Amino acid sequence: MYLKPKPLNKLKLRFETYQLIWQQMKSETERLQEELNKNLFDSLVEFLQTSHSGLWKNSKDWSCEIKLREIPTAALVLGVNVTDHDLTLRSLTEVLQNNVTPYVVSLQAKDCPDMKHFLQKLVSQLMDCKVDVQSKEKESVQVIQKNVHYSMDSLSAWYMSVTQKTDPKMPRKKRTSSSQWQSPPVVLILKDMESFTTKVLQDFIIISSQHLHEFPLILIFGIATSPVVIHRLLPHAVSSLLCIELFQSLSCKEHLTTVLDKLLLTTQFPFKLSEKVLQILTNIFLYHDFSIQNFIKGLQLSLLEHFYSQPLSVLCCNLPEAKRRIRFLSANQCENIRRLPSFRRYVEKQSSEKQVALLTSDKFLKEETQSLLENLHVYHKNYFLVLRCLHQFTSSLPKYPLGRQIRELYCMCLEKSIWDSEEYASVLQLLRLLAKDELMAMLQNCFKLFQSSSGKELGNTAKRIEEFLAQFQSLDETKEEEDTSQSQSKGLQKTDLYHLQKSLLEMKELRSTSKRQTKFEVLREQVVSFVDSLVREYLLPPDTQPLHETLYFSSAHTLRQHLNAAPRIALHTALNNPYYYLKNEALRSEEGCIPNVAPDICIAYKLHLECSRLINLVDWSEAFATVVTAAEKMDANSVTSEERNEIIHARFIRAVSELELLGFIKPTKQKTDHVARLTWGGC
Amino acid sequence: MTSTLELKADKMLKVQFVGDDDVLNHILDREGGPKIKKERAQLLVNTQKIIKKPENELEEDDQEVLKDHNYVEVLGQDVQESLKNGSATDGGNKVYPFQNRKHPEKMAKLASELAKTPRKSVSLNMKNDPKITIDIPQCSKGHSSSDKSQLKNNDKSEFLSTAPRGLRKRLIVPRSHSDSESEYSASNSEDDEGVAQEYEEDTNEDILSQKIQAQNREVSAPVFRETPSKKMKREKTSHLVEKYFEAHSSSKVLTSDRTLQKLKRAKLDQQTLHNLLSKVSPSFSAELKQLNQQHEQLFHKWMLQLHLGFNIVLYGLGSKRDLLERFRTTMLQDCIHIVINGFFPGISVKSVLNSVTEVLDHVGTFRSVLDQLEWITNKFKEVWDHAKQSLYNWLWYETTTYSHYTEETSYENSLLVKQSGSLPLSSLIHVLRSLTPNARGIFRLLIKYQLDNQDNPSYTGLCFQDFYQQCREAFLVNSDLTLRAQLTEFRDHKLIRTKKGTDGVEYLLIPVDNGILTDFLENEEEEL
Repeated sequence: MYLKPKPLNKLKLRFETYQLIWQQMKSETERLQEELNKNLFDSLVEFLQTSHSGLWKNSKDWSCEIKLREIPTAALVLGVNVTDHDLTLRSLTEVLQNNVTPYVVSLQAKDCPDMKHFLQKLVSQLMDCKVDVQSKEKESVQVIQKNVHYSMDSLSAWYMSVTQKTDPKMPRKKRTSSSQWQSPPVVLILKDMESFTTKVLQDFIIISSQHLHEFPLILIFGIATSPVVIHRLLPHAVSSLLCIELFQSLSCKEHLTTVLDKLLLTTQFPFKLSEKVLQILTNIFLYHDFSIQNFIKGLQLSLLEHFYSQPLSVLCCNLPEAKRRIRFLSANQCENIRRLPSFRRYVEKQSSEKQVALLTSDKFLKEETQSLLENLHVYHKNYFLVLRCLHQFTSSLPKYPLGRQIRELYCMCLEKSIWDSEEYASVLQLLRLLAKDELMAMLQNCFKLFQSSSGKELGNTAKRIEEFLAQFQSLDETKEEEDTSQSQSKGLQKTDLYHLQKSLLEMKELRSTSKRQTKFEVLREQVVSFVDSLVREYLLPPDTQPLHETLYFSSAHTLRQHLNAAPRIALHTALNNPYYYLKNEALRSEEGCIPNVAPDICIAYKLHLECSRLINLVDWSEAFATVVTAAEKMDANSVTSEERNEIIHARFIRAVSELELLGFIKPTKQKTDHVARLTWGGC
Repeated sequence: MTSTLELKADKMLKVQFVGDDDVLNHILDREGGPKIKKERAQLLVNTQKIIKKPENELEEDDQEVLKDHNYVEVLGQDVQESLKNGSATDGGNKVYPFQNRKHPEKMAKLASELAKTPRKSVSLNMKNDPKITIDIPQCSKGHSSSDKSQLKNNDKSEFLSTAPRGLRKRLIVPRSHSDSESEYSASNSEDDEGVAQEYEEDTNEDILSQKIQAQNREVSAPVFRETPSKKMKREKTSHLVEKYFEAHSSSKVLTSDRTLQKLKRAKLDQQTLHNLLSKVSPSFSAELKQLNQQHEQLFHKWMLQLHLGFNIVLYGLGSKRDLLERFRTTMLQDCIHIVINGFFPGISVKSVLNSVTEVLDHVGTFRSVLDQLEWITNKFKEVWDHAKQSLYNWLWYETTTYSHYTEETSYENSLLVKQSGSLPLSSLIHVLRSLTPNARGIFRLLIKYQLDNQDNPSYTGLCFQDFYQQCREAFLVNSDLTLRAQLTEFRDHKLIRTKKGTDGVEYLLIPVDNGILTDFLENEEEEL
């Protein structure tokens, strides 16, 4: 009675922790999104405001009609990550509604196959905008909405009526809240400019440019490819009616980098991804959709999976809370901790008395767990600092042996001890060739990094770096002495392979044989070995850390299965190799064959692979019967042969219908009693 | 991608080659000793790396490009981790390669192979067994088991003399074909006929058996060639396009002309089919049950994920209907839920929306689908926020069940073999019996005309005027109007279809299979 609610409670706790972390991560991403879009939106808002006020000024003095006919247009290049556009544009709409005008409408190409639908959508959305702003006029607006014959004339008439109606009503309010203008512009966002039909776009632009004086329209084109598309879609006569200004949204890759930086490369969130998981998520991003939203969704799924599958994920929360929770761990949970591979490894390294204590006393275990968890926390703190520091050194090396982006570096460090890799060796090699000013710039950056953090152990590091910087500076004064080194480094500048190798060899030899090194070289060597020692000390792969399983989600397979499934391959395997799923020894077979006892559909499938485009049903059914009869004979001989044949035929029919449902074949009229194959390929 | 990578590799190699030679000579001249040598080797590696890189500099995101193969690795990596997913065991490239030209006999051949080795997997080199050729006629001839064993014991020449001529011809065709290494080369039916004729002239059996052996050797060759290897893959891609057109080029497809009409049991209706199938004892029921249980363990997880705004897709072979039904009954009892059967032929946006509104207790009708959608959206806003609603967070779950698609297939007329056959004939007879003799006569005229023209591919139907003329001559109608009235009745029973030709004249057509019409006429004659 007492035991029952406990695990339930744990589950609830896990779920709540998940909710909490996810909410935090989500609001963080939203904040990031907002921040990243801020620049873009600010400039857009500014553009809209100036263009509109200009429009209004002009319309007052009716003289310059040519100017009046130009619709202010913002071409917004959003990039290829189409899935994210919606979100961006939605927040843009919000911003515009708050800052510029209540009349913001966005249209999609698929809603507007022709002019009629275009206008219809536009009008209905516009009037909805109005309803939102002034709910009092709801009834009147809705009456219009149903019966109006949509045209630009009616639209501008409506606009006049609305603006005039509101003007006398609250003149004071208007003037104070949006003082720039008396009548707000109408902003029309075309979400996917490329997909609109040319004719609709052209007609609309021409018509609305003629109504511009009474209907202050501003266009925003959402463009996924490049701004050239405007001129391809619109002939010069039409595009000359637009006054286009170009805006570029942040590239989605930079976006990803920021998101990763703020969500994963930080101690703010305890949840971490293993190398493979991170690789899969970034690969889906880079090779499939460039969608930040999908990436975040993947992250959410990882989080959920982690909390769902790992009972110890209760400890995946901030440190004080985790410590508190450790105290309340049940005996069962303690057992779970003891079963963790990383913990077992840790125990094995301890003295035998401690081993016994850890394995028998829950109290001792809990204390140890607390300190281990704290270590893990410190480990992460240092880890990210050193990672960023290393990134400073590697990100500007020629051809980026450890990647240009920090996420690449991170992946490599997660995977294994980075110092064992060939790339790392070449990084050190390259660092030893750096010029003084480059090296100093890197050190400066690192110094700033370490200074900003408050780590205890790494406080020394900042001091060391400062010392290095000072030493480099003092080198300047004794520069004259080092003529020899100057000539040497000049030799290194040559790009010729032959010379480079030669001089490298000579240098190596020099270093090993004689001590005739310059001061600069000695110092550089010191810096490199300092960085190396930092890396070796702090960038240990996470799986060396005890209890890392509580924070790291590593089931890359699950993630891939759910996000990047391969249904066709699954189908193929099921049909070709039933043993894979059914695990019956009778079904075990070699590559490319199936036993004749396999499920009917597999046999029919296998037989149909032998055919070309058309399949004769009679031949097929006979072949099928041959196979099945052979298999049957082993089983039972009780049924009479005529009935058995009928049953076999029925089974054949079922198998064929199933294959048809699955889309492998379809009926054809090309020849009597034939079906056509729909897939290409055979066994 | 592979090609670019290989290109890079090529370049790298070149660089290394030149550098090595020169530097080696140069260095070895001046200094010897094992220690230096070791260091040199290491350095060479590094310099090579530095040099190789500028080549990539052209590409903006070279790192990503270089990682491409990593990607493939990662995505294919974890297969061993779990046996649950069938994905990637075959590495994708084997799934649907372009097909080679296949021969009708191949199926029969494979069938006999499969039949021959019960309980045991058939390895492909079984094809070298000359006995297989003997099995081919046996499966096309019939299935009496006594026959089979007898034939197996017979020697080759004996079989050849007893086999009917047609079969011999069928036998020889693929053989001569692969003689000329033809699996990949274009082939056409004339070739085959030529060879077949050649055979008929030359009845020497020795030659035949030689050919058989030759063919057996040939057959095994392409099989082994198909094992996927990296080199092969590259080659394959270059020929992919060619192969596609090859497969589609000749309009002539080589299949036998036999039809189901001649098989007595070809026609089954849904009910008989069902009855027959119920007699079949299901195989592997234990394993299937286990599979299903594995899937059912996921129910709670699905529930959780559904609650958190994910949507779930199930994929894999086998009907998921029962599984979903169980999910519904066990987990969804307290939720509002809708079951939409996608396999139902009449499904449409409208009907889906209708059922949604029905669930949400809406009274009244909607003027348009859009209105309806709007209403639903409003209703749902109370439940979901907008952002979530517009996103389909699909999660994929593999649930291979091997269950039969019983329910799913029963709605479709897909049972091409039977349903379309037996039902129209019985209904045809039924409807026509209720008509006057004159009307039946009219219809019979139309049937005859259609059957006379069944070999004419451009036959569009019988022109109304001609039809009227014929009916008049047969004293079936006396005026244009009576015929029209009669035709209206036919049309109401869906017995005929009219089509306006390019010249504006009405053409009449019976939308029923010609084979059924023949049967119908035979039936009628028997009765008369």
